[in-house]
Amino acid sequence: MRSALSPSARWIIGVLVGTVFAVPFVATALFTLTLPDGSYSFERWLALADPANAARYAPVWTGLANSLVLAVVTVAIVLFLFAPTLVLVALRFPGLRRGMEFLALLPIAIPAIVLVVGLAPIYLTIGRTVGTGAWTLAFAYGVLVLPFAYRSIQASIDAVDVKTLSEAARTLGAGWPAILVRVIAPNLRPGLLAASLISVAVVLGEFTIASLLNRQVLQTGLVVVNRQDAWAAAIFTLLALTFAFVLLLVIGRVGRVGTGRNTP
Amino acid sequence: MTLSPAPHTAPGSTGTTSRGAQRLDWSWLGLVPFAVYIALFLALPTALALLTGLFDGDGAFTLDNIAALGDPVILATFANSTWVSLLTAAIGAVVGALVCYAMLGLREGGTVRTTVEAASGVLAQFGGVMLAFVMIAAIGTQGVVTRLLADVLGIGLYAESAWIYALPGLIPAYIVFQVPLMIITFMPALAALKPQWAEAHLTLGGTRAGFWPHVGFPVLAPSFLASFLLLFANAFSSYATAAALASQGSQIVPLQIRAALTSETVLGRENLAGALAFGMIVVVAAVMACYGLIQRRAARWQR
Repeated sequence: MRSALSPSARWIIGVLVGTVFAVPFVATALFTLTLPDGSYSFERWLALADPANAARYAPVWTGLANSLVLAVVTVAIVLFLFAPTLVLVALRFPGLRRGMEFLALLPIAIPAIVLVVGLAPIYLTIGRTVGTGAWTLAFAYGVLVLPFAYRSIQASIDAVDVKTLSEAARTLGAGWPAILVRVIAPNLRPGLLAASLISVAVVLGEFTIASLLNRQVLQTGLVVVNRQDAWAAAIFTLLALTFAFVLLLVIGRVGRVGTGRNTP
Repeated sequence: MTLSPAPHTAPGSTGTTSRGAQRLDWSWLGLVPFAVYIALFLALPTALALLTGLFDGDGAFTLDNIAALGDPVILATFANSTWVSLLTAAIGAVVGALVCYAMLGLREGGTVRTTVEAASGVLAQFGGVMLAFVMIAAIGTQGVVTRLLADVLGIGLYAESAWIYALPGLIPAYIVFQVPLMIITFMPALAALKPQWAEAHLTLGGTRAGFWPHVGFPVLAPSFLASFLLLFANAFSSYATAAALASQGSQIVPLQIRAALTSETVLGRENLAGALAFGMIVVVAAVMACYGLIQRRAARWQR
């Protein structure tokens, strides 16, 4: 494509858009560093770690704890429900593949704000039977991460020949549990890792469902703290966005190591 | 054709089919947990969301709530949602496509592209509430950029009104996640443009400037349109950023759903949330269906 590109135009676009997008984030960083008298200091960042302020930032810490529990349960749903099902479809029901693809795209086509209208009565029932523990929200989050998890796991399945692998293992006398855990799972490791990391990122960033079902998670905690202390909310925001950015960088690396073919 | 069934019913093959049938029983069981999960947490909530709009508080069937979609207040929120989504999708699509073009010459997997893709992923999918905070810190009434503009250039961003907390304030915030989403969705299509096409174009006597209008744009048009529709659906269904930003009123449909869910009565009706959800899903499903059709056409040129 190089022959149809103009280098100077590319540079101008890159620098211009890059600058415009950097402005809000640099401004947010400055916002957290500026004291009322106009001087700069890290005072507000240090105040977050001060035990004296623990009560003030409690909503964020409680929310973070709940979000981490939710992340673990959601990853468990991805690894122990979605992944085995996708492997089973690849091995035994290749005809269902298009159906799975469609199913995995549905959560993108059905907005979370619509889903929450229907989830409200379901969670009333869950609250009465299973309890109102924070982890129960993971069932709803599993649906939200399905499109992302599907894409990474399916890409890994397509990259290795699961059928031949499982037949070879069966010939050598392995049972189905051993095949899944010791033969197929290690081969799908990049896809499973990427799916898990992206699930963590989605769960930590989720707000719509949690807030409308009156649950306390990281994002709802941020909104509560933001009402009293906009600076603290800005600091937590920068930390959370950086964390998600690092997660996605790792996913990018893992994906490339996994497929190994993209190297030019 | 009439002869072909005979060999299949030969005695030798019946044994294998019955063994296959046994295995089939076992494997179907493996699909059950996933099917139950999807039924309970995707199909059921969607059905409930669509159906609650058709019943009143006592559980009797009614078309009252659906009729409420014709109310001027509701129509206005749908109109607001639509134009904000159209505008931000258009800006996002054009700017995002330009960024993709700028990144085209970079090696796939290189530092710049990996970084831009990771940053785009964060902003497009996980920003939500946090993007609202970032916008308030930057261009809020007390924001850093606002004060800088006022002090240095004497420009008052909010001389007229505090528009950032109203409908227009959604536009810059939405653009911050629309452009990255465009980068993620459009980059694969642009990367699939084959260098041979540019070479063939030049060999056949075309000019460098002529490549885009004659080859590049026509080939990319379906992908671009599909991405634009995805951006529209994304903005239309986005809730978190607006919820954290808009402090007064419910100008867009998702905020109207929030009002209906939390206060139970909007326009003096119960179950209006269901009707709003119904209206929303009709719009988004129609857009996503077009997206699917166009995407299929666009796939012709990829690989």
